[in-house]
Amino acid sequence: MPKNYRFLGKATPRKDALEIVTGKAKYIDDIRPAAMLHGKVLRSPYPHAEIRHIDTARAEALAGVKAVLTYKNVPPWRTGMPKHMPVLDRKVRYVGDAVALVATETLEAAAGALDLIEVEYEKMAAVYDMEAALEPGAPLLHEAFPNNLVSKFPAFGPKTLTKVVRGDVEKGFEDADFISEGTFGYENVANPLPIEPPGVIAQWEDDQRLTVWSGTQSASWHRWIMQSKMGFPDIRAITTQCGGSFGSKNYAPQCLFYAAALARVTGIAVKVYYSKDEHFGAFVLRLGSRFRGRIGIKKDGTVTAVAGSWMVDTGSYSDMTQSQIAVGCGEAQLMLKSENWDLATKVICTNRCASGVIRGFGGQELESALAPILADVMAKADLDPVQFFKKNYVKPGDRYVWREGNHWTCRGKDYSEAMEEGARAFGWKDKWKGWLKPTAVDGAKRIGVGVGIHGNADVGEDDSEAYIRLNADGTATIHASVSESGMGQRSNLCKMAAEVLQLPLEHVHMTPPDTLVNPFDFGLVGSRGTYAVGSAIIGAAEDALQKLFELTAPKLGADPKEMETADGRIFIRDNPDRVISWSKAIGIMHTVTGFGTHKADYSVPNFIILFVEVEVDIGTGALKVCKVLTATDVGQIIDPPSLEGQLYGALGSAGLDTAVFEETIIDRNSGHMLNMNMTDYKWRTFADLPEFENVILETPFPTHRFKAIGVGEVATSPGPGAVLMAASNAVGKHLHHYPLTPNRILEALGRVER
Amino acid sequence: MNRSIGKERKTIALTVNGVSHELEVGNRPFQVAPSHTLAHTLRETLNLTGTKVGCDQGACGSCTVIMDGTPILSCMTLTVECHGREITTIEGLADKRSGKLDPLQQAFVDHTAFQCGFCTPGMIMASKSLLDRNPSADRHTVKEALSGHYCRCISHYQVVDAVMAAAKKEV
Repeated sequence: MPKNYRFLGKATPRKDALEIVTGKAKYIDDIRPAAMLHGKVLRSPYPHAEIRHIDTARAEALAGVKAVLTYKNVPPWRTGMPKHMPVLDRKVRYVGDAVALVATETLEAAAGALDLIEVEYEKMAAVYDMEAALEPGAPLLHEAFPNNLVSKFPAFGPKTLTKVVRGDVEKGFEDADFISEGTFGYENVANPLPIEPPGVIAQWEDDQRLTVWSGTQSASWHRWIMQSKMGFPDIRAITTQCGGSFGSKNYAPQCLFYAAALARVTGIAVKVYYSKDEHFGAFVLRLGSRFRGRIGIKKDGTVTAVAGSWMVDTGSYSDMTQSQIAVGCGEAQLMLKSENWDLATKVICTNRCASGVIRGFGGQELESALAPILADVMAKADLDPVQFFKKNYVKPGDRYVWREGNHWTCRGKDYSEAMEEGARAFGWKDKWKGWLKPTAVDGAKRIGVGVGIHGNADVGEDDSEAYIRLNADGTATIHASVSESGMGQRSNLCKMAAEVLQLPLEHVHMTPPDTLVNPFDFGLVGSRGTYAVGSAIIGAAEDALQKLFELTAPKLGADPKEMETADGRIFIRDNPDRVISWSKAIGIMHTVTGFGTHKADYSVPNFIILFVEVEVDIGTGALKVCKVLTATDVGQIIDPPSLEGQLYGALGSAGLDTAVFEETIIDRNSGHMLNMNMTDYKWRTFADLPEFENVILETPFPTHRFKAIGVGEVATSPGPGAVLMAASNAVGKHLHHYPLTPNRILEALGRVER
Repeated sequence: MNRSIGKERKTIALTVNGVSHELEVGNRPFQVAPSHTLAHTLRETLNLTGTKVGCDQGACGSCTVIMDGTPILSCMTLTVECHGREITTIEGLADKRSGKLDPLQQAFVDHTAFQCGFCTPGMIMASKSLLDRNPSADRHTVKEALSGHYCRCISHYQVVDAVMAAAKKEV
């Protein structure tokens, strides 16, 4: 079917491109209120301790210090799931946990003030392993969570998924031809590490009205989520350009608490902008994930049973970990079609910096822990993994239980074609030599290939609202709470509206992300921007156009159904000479407005398959990623370079490289993070780029007018398992540990001792 | 120029994007303290916030500016060491009068060679310096020149394409 779109599917410059390449784009640290204090945090040197005594007198007396706050005098706000973390506590639970806050006129005064706060700690034993944390007598992080087991929480309503139980797993295992079992972890708790640290500026307009500036991914979270944690003040959340997020900056509850608490006592705007140390050591890490269980399959790859316990280490507290468990449980069902499930979950606290929201959101962590068992059972059955994934990924008509506990029937697409196209482009048939067989051998260098898949039914999750204003000058203004954290969605949504309204792209604008001027939007989480936010904006544009045509009817003497518009003029479809400008139709003192909404829909999962070729030197243990290929189906491409950027993102934000070199290393004697800087925390440089190719299909999806779905989030998730598989095939032995550092590879090969 | 050891300098003269600045040394607002980095002076004293500070540890490249033709990390350079130097920042690349973008900036726009855009000013400055010195740089040279620049979104592939497009134009 030919698509004659004016903008969609064509590369158009990002609407913020000029600002970005000239340095004019304003990020949070570029915002300069007339009067502003700096907020800084005193942090604990101990992983677990109680504050016995704290004296702030000397700090308060220092010139330039406007406020010092401790657990004794902070506002009674709480965050977490359930709400259990105060702004500051008498107890510290990880090295880097907040002890006191200062607001000062200069950063130098802040550093001086932090030095002058005297704290006496009573040190307590700490626990770093999640199963050790469950044992009787283990150090207890929160009184509210006996045995360090975080309570269940109805994050998505009363039926929120905490497990997957269906069918009869015992019978399923009886029916299986092959069973694999074991305990495997994805516990390197890597850091998504956007280049820009998180930051918040807070200013109280009066006792009940708080204005918050921040670089966040989801513009409205700092209003609607934080209100409930702070006694429901009227929060105006304004989002600046965001220097990368990958989930982690959907919001920043602690930064906001600190800035708002200090702003409250000083009466002046306060900025809390983390240093890179704090970004590494006191913001958010991936979940620690460990799966103990078994999977049974038949010879033909039919999965007969999945059973086991998924243990999740959330670190010092749970922000949204229960939500991630729910989504992870959903995503596992998309990946593995099975009649019989008994997957239980546990969320456990340990003495390290907390886990938070990160691209992959539970699914990446669960699937990466399942990968070694899946690889083992596929190898036993001698199944080609591409064929196995093709057989078991959710297809139209298949049913699954999604995060909120409801049954959904897939009405999306069969992704077999995307898998086949990807395999063909990668040369899978030639490169795949069978399990634990290298593709090629050149002395000590072994080439191996692997593959992983991932999908999410979140492309239509949650609700969105948008207004659109048609202006008499032939322009349109979209009112929607949409941030720009790198996805290009502000521009892409303008493209969708421009397509509906047939306006030049430069005549379609979007209001700044500011909750005072925009209606509700859940935000750019998961991959919902294209379908969910897009639906609301398309709906608003169509609604406005309908009203415009009705307004024009008497003036043109025609039925609205006969009308079309292009470039700010309205004409009769069959008689284009009968034409009227928007300016005349609307009148310069008027505006036409439209409203659109999206209601949550979990019936159209997205999908990505990732192929990887690695080279392992069995002499040195060095692993090199040589080639990556992703394949997906997006229905309709909105903007080719933005889409490719999201797919290239497989390498970033604690994705594929969590199997290669990315890890947060915590010393289990002291609780200190050993690699919390950008030299010791390894990242991929330009010089280390593998060859990277994307295969993108466009089969229309039953979503909105443009038949598109989003895939932005999913690129990072299939990589880690695919790399394990590729490296295992290269060296001829199943490798299980993330990341596959040279040492781990040599250990697995028996060449060095542990 | 007085370089005698032990003698305190009262002012620091800098040329930034063609504009001369005479900055007093001291600890008051609008002065340059001995501890101030060039990144700090550019951003906080001269209000040129286009230069970004990602790590402040000299490891991410986002604070890169051009000093006397060479790309430098402005977060690892003390302003008091920059007396008499000529500095170009991202704000100084486009034509001052017409606002016309440098071909390299235009190539970044045309290739959407950024996602979040925070690392972009540093990458553009490093690439600009490379192309000034080596107008027909090949892909390998471009990658090497940018290897100290961190980007977590993975804009790398599009960045290399953009720099190569600009390189060809200048040959």
